[in-house]
Amino acid sequence: MLYREAGQFKTTYAADQQLFPIRQDRIGVITLLVVAFLGVPLFASEYWFSAILIPFLIFALAALGLNILTGYAGQLSLGSAAFMAVGAYAAYNFQLRIEGIPILVSFGLAGLTAAGVGILFGLPSLRIKGFYLAVATLAAQFFIVWCLTKFPWLSNNSSSGVISTQQLIIFGHELTTPVEKYLLVLSIVVVMALAAKNMVRSTTGRAWMAVRDMDVAASVIGIRLMPTKLLAFAVSSFYCGVAGAMYAFCYLGSVEPDGFSLEMSFKILFMIIIGGVGSIMGSFLGAAFILLLPIFLDITLPFIADLFGLPFSSATVSHIQITVFGALIMFFLIVEPHGLARLWQIAKEKLRLWPFPH
Amino acid sequence: MIKSFKPALSAVALSLAMLSQGAAAAEEQFFPLIDYRVGPYGSNGQAFYGGFIDYLNYVNLKEKGVNGVQMTYEECETEYNNAKGVECYERLKSKAAKSAGPLHTMSTGISYALIDKSAQDKLPLAMMGYGRTDAVDGSVFPYAFPLVTTYQMQASAIVKFLKDKNGGSLAGKKIVYLYHDSAYGKEAIVALNAEASLNKFEMVQIPVAHPGNEQGAQWLKIRQEKPDFVIFWGWGVMNQTALKAAQKVGFPRDKMIGSWWTGSEEDVVPAGDAAKGYMAATWNVAGKQVPVIADIEKVVYGAGKGNLQDPSKIGTILYNRGVSAAVLSVEAIRKGQEKYGKGKALNGEQTRWALENLNITDARLKALGATDLLPEIKTSCDNHEGSGKVKIQQWDGAKWVPVSGWIEGNKGLIHPLFQASAKQYAKEKGITPRDCSKEK
Repeated sequence: MLYREAGQFKTTYAADQQLFPIRQDRIGVITLLVVAFLGVPLFASEYWFSAILIPFLIFALAALGLNILTGYAGQLSLGSAAFMAVGAYAAYNFQLRIEGIPILVSFGLAGLTAAGVGILFGLPSLRIKGFYLAVATLAAQFFIVWCLTKFPWLSNNSSSGVISTQQLIIFGHELTTPVEKYLLVLSIVVVMALAAKNMVRSTTGRAWMAVRDMDVAASVIGIRLMPTKLLAFAVSSFYCGVAGAMYAFCYLGSVEPDGFSLEMSFKILFMIIIGGVGSIMGSFLGAAFILLLPIFLDITLPFIADLFGLPFSSATVSHIQITVFGALIMFFLIVEPHGLARLWQIAKEKLRLWPFPH
Repeated sequence: MIKSFKPALSAVALSLAMLSQGAAAAEEQFFPLIDYRVGPYGSNGQAFYGGFIDYLNYVNLKEKGVNGVQMTYEECETEYNNAKGVECYERLKSKAAKSAGPLHTMSTGISYALIDKSAQDKLPLAMMGYGRTDAVDGSVFPYAFPLVTTYQMQASAIVKFLKDKNGGSLAGKKIVYLYHDSAYGKEAIVALNAEASLNKFEMVQIPVAHPGNEQGAQWLKIRQEKPDFVIFWGWGVMNQTALKAAQKVGFPRDKMIGSWWTGSEEDVVPAGDAAKGYMAATWNVAGKQVPVIADIEKVVYGAGKGNLQDPSKIGTILYNRGVSAAVLSVEAIRKGQEKYGKGKALNGEQTRWALENLNITDARLKALGATDLLPEIKTSCDNHEGSGKVKIQQWDGAKWVPVSGWIEGNKGLIHPLFQASAKQYAKEKGITPRDCSKEK
């Protein structure tokens, strides 16, 4: 009913090829953007911005980056956190060493730096595949963290290797409140997500998917493997790098190399597995699931415990939270191995046919 | 993409609304505890925060709070994870708006992430023996307090101890600095370098990669270098491994001195025999012979309100350290009440003033029954550390025994390093330092 398309006729090629071909989707996305840009800043509290929305958007962007590489181009990577670290440290150094450089330019350059590093660590992908490639990208994870610890120049000779980010100044205005930071992060994420959505349905995206599905066949039909794979690494690392820069500048305010651990890479990988491999929306759903569910459980469990008069300590709550979280992950993967995005897609298909499924 | 996000959003909002209903009533001093009891360092957190909470309850039971103000707290589990720490901070922040004791995160990473935020929100951040050390300079960091002592001052104090042990001079000696290759391990290098050029000893730095459960190569190097002493900055499993490795290569343990994160029971007991004779710095002694610790066991655990699930941890180094952190926090509340009105809870700003004007004398510590749990502490605007003293303790195979009095690091050498670093931070962040001469 919601998705009844009766009366929607496409009379031009442009209408047929647009980003969201169904009218309801377009309305939905626009409403969503209006809510995110105007509604949320009016109603959300500081806690919501600093602890939930900003990290959600940043991790969604990182997951999107990984999804381009793993979901669309089929190259498994365990180095996402390391590329985020490159972005964070690069943005810090650009701000530090180039007088008067605008912060957005720094973010862009940080993304490009990460893309460069990504290409370097993407080189093995030309020879090795699958799990073996994952192990090779693991090298990126360890090497980059080691490198940032080893060379004090990168952290401006900070005695501890921890960097504290500079002020966020855009057009002479300093962003200090969580709302302003949220709007900045949101704008960047929206632009980059739309770019990704377009990219994956372009020639480049189709080439990635061809390589993912069978690289021998792809090369037979004339797709050059090396540029395609390396481009996927570059674009993916660019997204991760920008996410890393925002992680440092807009979220934590100070980062250390050890913070970008393998654990964080795994977290981003789990986001796309849960959300949906090879889906832009899946990156957002996965980030929401992995980041928000633990917090949600953390806050609600004590109430449930109170309700039944159970004596829960904060440690017990934590343990239960981890257990429930794990169980839910298994549940979702059993029910729908293709992730939350696939669930949504199925629901949408059904809604489009409802009430007369054939 | 938000379709499944929305219900989760409203559900969390609902539960948040439920949370805020239980806000503290009047005249309760609230302590936001950003703590950890699970995860890789969970057992450390259990002992530390167990001690902290036990002392708060002790104050409530024994003297009905500070001038009638009851100590309350709420915990939030971080698992030693920076992002979770920030989430916890944001969650507890609104509850701490009316009244707030100092925040203790027991994590350098989390305190780094909170330094700017806490200053903005006017909540005092205590970092006892960890965290951002150049916050000693309170003119740049009004809301951050690396209380008692810092890594750099500790390193300097250890050098001083070795110097005294060695007849007053270290000239021509060789000292190996074996450290955890992380922010924590690298903090002390700048101080040791300064000490090395001052005291003319040779320093050899040997890093150990996290987690440090394999140190064969490092100890081979140490055997080749034949150092006179090893200063040891370990963490977690690295500590026991180092002690066992030292035994294997035959390096005398009584020439090894560790930092205060290498000197708890958890570090030496697993090393067994290899730990005997090993020394470590600390600012609080272990054991139940400290009167207040014994009294906590009697009063709090007697009333069945003890926080530890495993009461055998009472009197361990980390438990006592938790108590020492709580003693200091409660003394700050007392101090603040003297200025802002007895029997009234303090907000973050007032607690900050109190932390900056602490004066805990030996006589006061004795009256509290906390002798040797803390050194004397006197803070000011330009000295947020307040003491800079440590004790050296030695493991005799069964317990930690103090082998020195309070040793103060070389303030004249170390504090200018902090000031330089703080100045650079102020420049990067565009902070105008306060004029400390105008603070009272």
